[in-house]
Amino acid sequence: MTSETMIEMSSVHKWFGELHVLNDINLKVAKGEKIVICGPSGSGKSTLIRCINRLEEHQRGEIVVEGTELTNDNRSVEKIRGEVGMVFQQFNLFPHLSILDNCSLAPIWVRKLPKIEAREKAMKYLKRVQIDDQAHKYPAQLSGGQQQRAAIARALCMEPRIMLFDEPTSALDPEMIKEVLDVMVGLAEGGMTMLVVTHEMGFAKEVADKIIFMDEGQIVESKNPTDFFSNPESERTKTFLSQIL
Amino acid sequence: MNKNITPPVIEIGVIGWLRKNLFSTWYNTILTLIGLYFIYLIIPPLLSWIFFDATFSGTNREDCTSSGACWVFIKQNIKLIIYGLYPSDELWRVNIAYFLLTVSIIYLLIPNLKYKGFVGIFLLIIFPIICVFLFSGGLGLENVETRLWGGLFLTLVIAGVGIVLSLPIGIMLALGRRSKLPVVSLLSTIFIEIWRGVPLITVLFMASNMFPLFMPEGVNFDKLIRALIGVMFFSAAYLAEVVRGGLQAMPKGQYEASQAAGLTYWKMMALIILPQSLKIVIPAIIGSFIALFKDTTLVLIIGLFDFLGIIQFVGTNPDWLGFSHEGYVFAATIFWVFCFGMSRYSQRLEKKLDTGN
Ligand SMILES: Nc1ncnc2c1ncn2[C@@H]1O[C@H](COP(=O)(O)OP(=O)(O)O)[C@@H](O)[C@H]1O
Ligand SMILES: [Mg+2]
Repeated sequence: MTSETMIEMSSVHKWFGELHVLNDINLKVAKGEKIVICGPSGSGKSTLIRCINRLEEHQRGEIVVEGTELTNDNRSVEKIRGEVGMVFQQFNLFPHLSILDNCSLAPIWVRKLPKIEAREKAMKYLKRVQIDDQAHKYPAQLSGGQQQRAAIARALCMEPRIMLFDEPTSALDPEMIKEVLDVMVGLAEGGMTMLVVTHEMGFAKEVADKIIFMDEGQIVESKNPTDFFSNPESERTKTFLSQIL
Repeated sequence: MNKNITPPVIEIGVIGWLRKNLFSTWYNTILTLIGLYFIYLIIPPLLSWIFFDATFSGTNREDCTSSGACWVFIKQNIKLIIYGLYPSDELWRVNIAYFLLTVSIIYLLIPNLKYKGFVGIFLLIIFPIICVFLFSGGLGLENVETRLWGGLFLTLVIAGVGIVLSLPIGIMLALGRRSKLPVVSLLSTIFIEIWRGVPLITVLFMASNMFPLFMPEGVNFDKLIRALIGVMFFSAAYLAEVVRGGLQAMPKGQYEASQAAGLTYWKMMALIILPQSLKIVIPAIIGSFIALFKDTTLVLIIGLFDFLGIIQFVGTNPDWLGFSHEGYVFAATIFWVFCFGMSRYSQRLEKKLDTGN
């Protein structure tokens, strides 16, 4: 592949106290690439993607996002957070603000867009996730699926070049999972670079360019979906797949 | 389906309410009856004293011949009680402030009016600045020394300054205490704990008597300003802990979502964290303000005559000896009106800011 590298992690290590949560992570993500990360609970999936926008700090190795290395320099962190959108398992919408204000807040205060423009942009993305009719409600008045779509719209309003998803459907009732996955598929088709932690293997098969299996802080397997499901190399991957499929 | 069915009479209306709340069990019934008996013992004589047997008209103590309260005492001294010794020719300055304050508060209390934000900002920032010039002089106004300030006017100045300044300082202290920078956190903690560990009386004594000892010769800080600073930091330390409680109630996800969106620390605090955590602790914040309002009466011990102080003072006037009951009842009523008003406002604010989470 000749295309531009968006994220490069080289020999990244992280510890929580004694616990070695990330153990020698090497990962290269090209522009437009969709990567699905799976693995047992506690294997370090969240920590890995949270290191990319510095919600967690890595202690060794190097993370470069769009040519900017993540260091303790606040400017590099701010720059990268501007390029990277994140969607959380628990939505984390701002409950004291309407959906519209949730979406226009960062464009106004971080991107310094005029208020009107930020609101137009917010409406555009709310329309894309099909909840523009809920724009003036508060998060607590929406269903889980609607909240998560609002959270995706909120992230998109910053027009990020990379989107991180940390188990975006795990907190949802089964009947709402599809509406959120559909939005994510749409986003993938639009060419967004995506890192998705999920156990939705249907989604992985449909959109992933690469599936990564993590265990005990290491990347155990990293393959395209066909190979990943048909001939996994590691025993741990096989066991995991047998449990969730 | 039967749509028009109504609940049984027993469960609704006055009777239903009485049954449910006052006579639900035999011991509830006994408590209700005992309560009613005490009300019967206390309320009628009190009402007679305050209203029915009281004297409202007249100019001196000889006019008070009935067995009830002598409100003439309050009426004749009302200027002292409201303005202290503020010069008669300059009272209009205090009146303007009373007027602006009343109008702004009424405006804020009327539901659904526009521009309440601006009125709030006026009340919290511009109005106090206007008051500084109005009360003490400057800009062509004659200087009025603070030792002449007194009565309700002084109480409102102390409480107002305390309320307006202690909240922002308290918020900064709370943020400081939770800071990741050890020095900031340690200093904030020490500051908070020192002020919280000392009674307000001691603070006022120190401000009044000890503070001058530390000052270079000739530097003379106004006594009222010293008391104000003491009250302000004292209240700020308490508010800091209240606000910190609200901050601790914030889920981690709110911080993470703000950071992921690229907000800097101060924007995150100002736009996301503080609005939510302050909302949670509104009742406790107003509770602190009410305590502060009542604590202003302690300035009497450093020789400032606040509302209660001046009422006590006029009670010692030989012309009016023996009317302290009227004074205290009046003072208690006015204090109660202010504090109850704040408490109700807190409830309304809570309801209004509720977004269902
Ligand atoms: N803030 C933290 N402090 C200490 N340990 C943590 C923290 N966050 C996560 N961990 C631990 O790190 C490990 C990896 O966590 P995580 O990345 O959340 O795993 P996953 O997302 O794969 O379930 C777990 O054992 C978890 O308990
Ligand atoms: Mg996780």
